[in-house]
Amino acid sequence: MMALRTSPEIGGMGHSVKRKEDPRFIRGKGTYVDDIQLAGMLYLDIVRSPFAHAKIKKIDASKALAIPGVLAVITGQDLAKYNLHGMPTLMSDTQMVLPVEKVMYQAQEVAAVLAKERYIAADGVEAVEVEYEPLPVVVDPKKALEPSAPVLRTDKKDKKDNHIWHWEWGDRAATDRAFREAEVTVKEDIYIPRIHVASIETCGCVAHFDKVMGKLTVWMTTQAPHAIRTVFALVAGHVGLAEHKIRIVSPDIGGGFGGKVPVYPGYVIAVAAAVLTGAPVKWIEDRMENLQADSFARDYHITAELAATKNGTLTALRIKTIADHGYTDAAANPSKFPAGLFHICTGSYDFKAAHVEVDGVYTNKPPGGIAYRCSFRVTEAVHTIERMADLMAHQLGMDPAEFRLKNFIKPEQFPYKSALGWEYDSGNYAAALRKAMDKIGYAELQREQAEKRKRGELMGIGISSFTEIVGAGPSKHFDILGLKMFDSAEIRIHPTGKVIARFGTRSQGQGHETTYAQIIAEELGIPVADIQVEEGDTDTAPYGLGTYASRSTPTAGAAGAMAARKIRDKARKIAAHLLEAAEEDLVWEPGKFSVKGAPNRLKTIQEIAFAAYTNHPPGMEAGLEAVSYYDPPNLTYPFGSYICVVDIDKGTGEVKVRRFVAVDDCGNIINPMIVEGQIHGGLTMGLAPALYEEISYDENGNIQGGSFMDYLLPTAVETPKWETDKTCTPSPHHPLGAKGVGESATVGAPAAIANAVVDALWHLGVRHIDIPITPAKVWKLLREHGVTE
Amino acid sequence: MRVQLAINGEKREAEVEPRLLLVHLIRDVFRLTGTHVGCDTTHCGACTVLLDGRPVKSCTIFAVQAHGKELMTVEGLEQDGKLHPVQEGFMQEHGLQCGFCTPGMLMTSYAFLSKNPQPDEDEIRWAISGNLCRCTGYVNIVKAIQYAAARLRQGGA
Repeated sequence: MMALRTSPEIGGMGHSVKRKEDPRFIRGKGTYVDDIQLAGMLYLDIVRSPFAHAKIKKIDASKALAIPGVLAVITGQDLAKYNLHGMPTLMSDTQMVLPVEKVMYQAQEVAAVLAKERYIAADGVEAVEVEYEPLPVVVDPKKALEPSAPVLRTDKKDKKDNHIWHWEWGDRAATDRAFREAEVTVKEDIYIPRIHVASIETCGCVAHFDKVMGKLTVWMTTQAPHAIRTVFALVAGHVGLAEHKIRIVSPDIGGGFGGKVPVYPGYVIAVAAAVLTGAPVKWIEDRMENLQADSFARDYHITAELAATKNGTLTALRIKTIADHGYTDAAANPSKFPAGLFHICTGSYDFKAAHVEVDGVYTNKPPGGIAYRCSFRVTEAVHTIERMADLMAHQLGMDPAEFRLKNFIKPEQFPYKSALGWEYDSGNYAAALRKAMDKIGYAELQREQAEKRKRGELMGIGISSFTEIVGAGPSKHFDILGLKMFDSAEIRIHPTGKVIARFGTRSQGQGHETTYAQIIAEELGIPVADIQVEEGDTDTAPYGLGTYASRSTPTAGAAGAMAARKIRDKARKIAAHLLEAAEEDLVWEPGKFSVKGAPNRLKTIQEIAFAAYTNHPPGMEAGLEAVSYYDPPNLTYPFGSYICVVDIDKGTGEVKVRRFVAVDDCGNIINPMIVEGQIHGGLTMGLAPALYEEISYDENGNIQGGSFMDYLLPTAVETPKWETDKTCTPSPHHPLGAKGVGESATVGAPAAIANAVVDALWHLGVRHIDIPITPAKVWKLLREHGVTE
Repeated sequence: MRVQLAINGEKREAEVEPRLLLVHLIRDVFRLTGTHVGCDTTHCGACTVLLDGRPVKSCTIFAVQAHGKELMTVEGLEQDGKLHPVQEGFMQEHGLQCGFCTPGMLMTSYAFLSKNPQPDEDEIRWAISGNLCRCTGYVNIVKAIQYAAARLRQGGA
């Protein structure tokens, strides 16, 4: 572990400083979007399609408009007058804001009602009459690729099928050769279903256009306010909305997890309504709208193969995937990589050859493709490789831990270039796995399992040794709609040594106000209590790409350290002036410069701050502030080893997670309390898709599970008591040696749980179960294998 | 319809539609925005308030059903500038992240501890099973409630 350099009173890196954001939240004094109420505010509610695919023949708004308090019914035709009926997606496809011809998925926005009150807007929605002509529905992406499938995107003139793109990576010839020569191979079809982040706060906005100043202000649930501002300016520039006249405010956000990155039609309609009426307009979606129409995650149909030698050395990996993108390609990915970071699928293992192919497909489902607390398809990659590693280990008759230890990239191989081209920064995978094995008592559990198996009881042990890839940028590889991915920090020190610092990211619960203050405290020795951190207001914060993909610490955190170091350089010059000493004769320790050999001749950072405004050296600009736009040289590669123990009820098929040990390595840690909290939360969001969550559709495209009555989130009762531990392998290129952690556990956990369940049933002949592993699925397998009646 | 009730000890009244939900009376009419809406189906518990001391989910009862009753929201937990032990517990044990579910969690915990001052972990987990959290993983929420229970037994509030 890193040694502490600052006192608890200063509270720099390594201190479990209590969160600065908590006092307002525990008093109910946070300000979330729906808490904002402006004078004369109108309310927007949305009419949604009951059909997954249908022509819109007629929209009759007359009954709605007859309701007192309903001011307008907005249709796609209305928006088309301003060319705002469609918008670009994150992958430069097009998405309808409101359709003019046909609907493409169930719950798609069809029209919007603007009213004086929330309930009247809802009345208006009920009263709008839409005449549809149903069209053939395509829900299965494999069927969508068949030549007989109806072409869905009739708006794209040259489109003759439902195939979006084909993308491949790696060395096909070398991989095929390795498979031909392999002594042992395994192959499995793995489906990672469509799921939803379901943050407890739904999405929404309050849009206000000041006609006098010509300025638009939008308070909205967004993880990337600056990017949103630029997109708004690019899309709406033709109606006079320039970037400097747009202010996006992302206030307190009630969970994001990737779901608050995209622009949803509701935002655009609310903004259009606010600009047209001059009145503030609020749109807040309800839970059903959130689950049914906001961006989904996953939905990858994967066929994976591994090749190895008889003695258990992995040689090659081959993967083919069909990715269901719904009605439009709106996945949150850097535009260079249509399948995001899926090609991190070689995981923690040293492969000589690998090849991966992904095909994107259109279907009649909502658009999106966000990452559900992971960065750009990493969970899909990790789930695949960790399931396959277990399959191969079992196939070879090897212990899954032994198999992993044999095939891990070795500590001395870092920086390591993977067969699919990524340069892993640092890692010690065996150390993490060994620690997890010790902590859980691996050998003892295996003995217990053998005894239980003799008695006919079902117990499984599952391992997942994942490698994450986070911190997007670097800008040479990563962008959103062409915007290069860096992040930013601006630090201003006031004369009395108090600090205001602003960042380009936006916390949705990660505790940025505390951890960023700790980074500045670490670098400048100013107490955390004296540092105010602000984010999420594009009028005040420097330009940044936002918070998702575990990028805040790797990018904005680094920017904070770099800006603080610029300030320290200037502070050194001021200290030299005040102490009448040469700069090189000054010694820095957090909070003060002293003269080498004369430790009592010193100036504190607070004294230097005051002098920066009152007694700065001749020829030097006054003030003490700096800004940094940090573009990381590489991504960071946090990793970990998770071990899960499950017991399965033979009567009901229910899986109970008895123990779960998580050993994480995210490099140097800024706030251990917050890191542990992030891991607990991530593990729970890993448990959820492993056992409970799935959004599925019937053949007519009707969503099955569009409310919390049937989209199951784990409660405190289902969630195990997580046992966490850590190793520390600092990132060599990050200014603080940190790697980011918010998503690691979500990425790593599902495979550990699935592996544990399959391990419990392997002796019965079970080789794979797709997540979520529901009691019904397990019970059916138990019946098929004669275990239960 | 006229609704009269006491919110956090203060008498309030309002003219409301019969269909107005209690949560909207609290948030939109009385402007106490600590009580949140998360699901509309009584599952997530973000809107939990106490009605005559009993936790209810204010998104699924009508404002008029609160007529003549005592209502307590998260804003009523702090007394004379002093945090209630459940609030302290959530801060001390890192029992919140985004803070959106927190008011509902606090109200459920408050009511639960007044009935069961010495709960074991299982009882705590069942007590908050009607309150969903997507950020914390519950471990620290359980610890926060244990912290509050201990403080209350020592006469913390």
